[in-house]
Amino acid sequence: MPDGLYPRPRFLPAGDAALTIELGDAIGAELNERVLAFDAAIQAAAIPGIVETVPTYRSISVHYDPAMLGAAELRARLDDLEIDPEAGRTATRLWRIPVAYGGAYGMDLEHIAGLRGLTPERVVELHGAAEYRVYMIGFAPGFSYLGGLDERLHTPRRTEPRLRTPAGSVSIGGMQAAVSSVEVPSGWHMLGRTPVRTFDLRRDRPFLLSVGDAVRFEPIAHGEWEALDVRAAAGETVARCEASP
Amino acid sequence: MTGALLVRSAGPGTTFQDLGRRGWLRFGVPTAGAMDPVALHVANALVGNPAGEAAVEFMLQGGAFTVEADEVRVAVTGAEGALAIDGQAAAAWRSYRLHRGQELHVGPAQVGVYSYLAVAGGFALPAVLGSLSTHVRSGIGGFEGRALRAGDRLALAAQSPPRGPDLMLPDAERPRPRRSIRIVLGPQDDYFTESGIECLLHSEYQVTTQADRMGLRLSGPKIEHAKGFNIISDGIAQGSIQVPGAGEPILLMADRQSTGGYPKIATAITADLPSVSQCRPGSMIGFVAVTIEDAQEARRTRDIWLTGIHDRLRAVKGDGAYDLQVLMATNLISGAISGDLP
Repeated sequence: MPDGLYPRPRFLPAGDAALTIELGDAIGAELNERVLAFDAAIQAAAIPGIVETVPTYRSISVHYDPAMLGAAELRARLDDLEIDPEAGRTATRLWRIPVAYGGAYGMDLEHIAGLRGLTPERVVELHGAAEYRVYMIGFAPGFSYLGGLDERLHTPRRTEPRLRTPAGSVSIGGMQAAVSSVEVPSGWHMLGRTPVRTFDLRRDRPFLLSVGDAVRFEPIAHGEWEALDVRAAAGETVARCEASP
Repeated sequence: MTGALLVRSAGPGTTFQDLGRRGWLRFGVPTAGAMDPVALHVANALVGNPAGEAAVEFMLQGGAFTVEADEVRVAVTGAEGALAIDGQAAAAWRSYRLHRGQELHVGPAQVGVYSYLAVAGGFALPAVLGSLSTHVRSGIGGFEGRALRAGDRLALAAQSPPRGPDLMLPDAERPRPRRSIRIVLGPQDDYFTESGIECLLHSEYQVTTQADRMGLRLSGPKIEHAKGFNIISDGIAQGSIQVPGAGEPILLMADRQSTGGYPKIATAITADLPSVSQCRPGSMIGFVAVTIEDAQEARRTRDIWLTGIHDRLRAVKGDGAYDLQVLMATNLISGAISGDLP
């Protein structure tokens, strides 16, 4: 039984054109898998009037057209869904994402090392050793919230958010890690930067990462970043994708 | 060479918008789209476009344009403000045929916030993720992913001149903004005390100057939380009323972030979002709770009204002449609406 899973889903109205299906109240891989399983069942049912769904840590937002689908009818259709809990155990894809840590690429690396009583090298090692799971994409296009950060790196967010952080920032905040796709304001700590465009409109699939994907960060030398960035700017996907074990 | 409108000047919030970008929220891409989709819909109907054609949206400030096409039909709807063609007063909520070299001037909004300039046939713009809507913070959609500015040439899609008479929407048919916004409680109303919810329902809130396409920060009595003000981030619907720790609500609109971690006490109903969008900084709004069924009924009523919009439009007599009756009616309306709002 996943941590924080409710005995049955809570259906929470979000106005007349959206419904939040809350499955639990925790951040964890298993609960997130249940979310993806529920989301997959909704997608598979192709219910007329559902415009789109947004899977998050522990809930699914269903956006629908009230002209085509009444609230009671939507609820009945969702109650009828057959959900295969295994369907959420995706992680069929593992992304290996190159990151230049510290210096101009990750201006908070030294600060985090100081706060956590670690050397900067050790912070990089711990951050790079973990396998992360994309729990949610939100806040800004492609901004991926990653679970699986080593406890030794858990650090409260900055009290003063920065108004701009560059696209490709690899950061940590609280118990989570993140990688960004566009320039965003952020209160998270910048450990490094990837040249990978996780959002590129020139690709058939503009967003590299999906909820449920696995992610690993691979340190690169500062000298390597520029060359990879030039290739990424030209449209090359400089991250490697493997089938997840 | 295809025709164009040349931007002579444009306020900082001037962007292309259609009915929004669907299907990309799961990747964090905001819906964007017209803040007042009813005004957009009517503007398009006046020039014979499909309802969802992209138009130029103005926020408070207007703009000025020179016609660089043999002939183009235009219409402006939404917020009330002075409109002029070649320096002569013209009317909103009606179409005009303009010819090469003519100047269209959309003045700052006097009542309301957002207005729309539609052209027959639409603008020649590339769709980004299936929509022409601009989301400036992400730098996508519309004209180069940004707000318009002087010197931009807005290429027109139409290859042939418009046909048929100019049209207008009579005053009595025009949408009137509501001051009392209908809401459905939830999704996180259980994060608030009973008195917190009563406070939302029985207070008047002032729209602050921090109001834009992302949302309206409101000022007024503090809403009491029952169990903290942090939730595990989840999805945000348009119209969501989130209440951060300080207790003052923020009503989230078209450019809102797709997810967030503050509890949402209630959601403004979609039929009332155009009214919300037209609330100016400094104005007061209140909230009244309705059931989802009532909210969906209100939405259906609105959709039926919009579907039948063509039956409500009237042909304007004469060709290109500025109809004095139309102008007088416009001025009278402005007065009437002003009286209805704070």
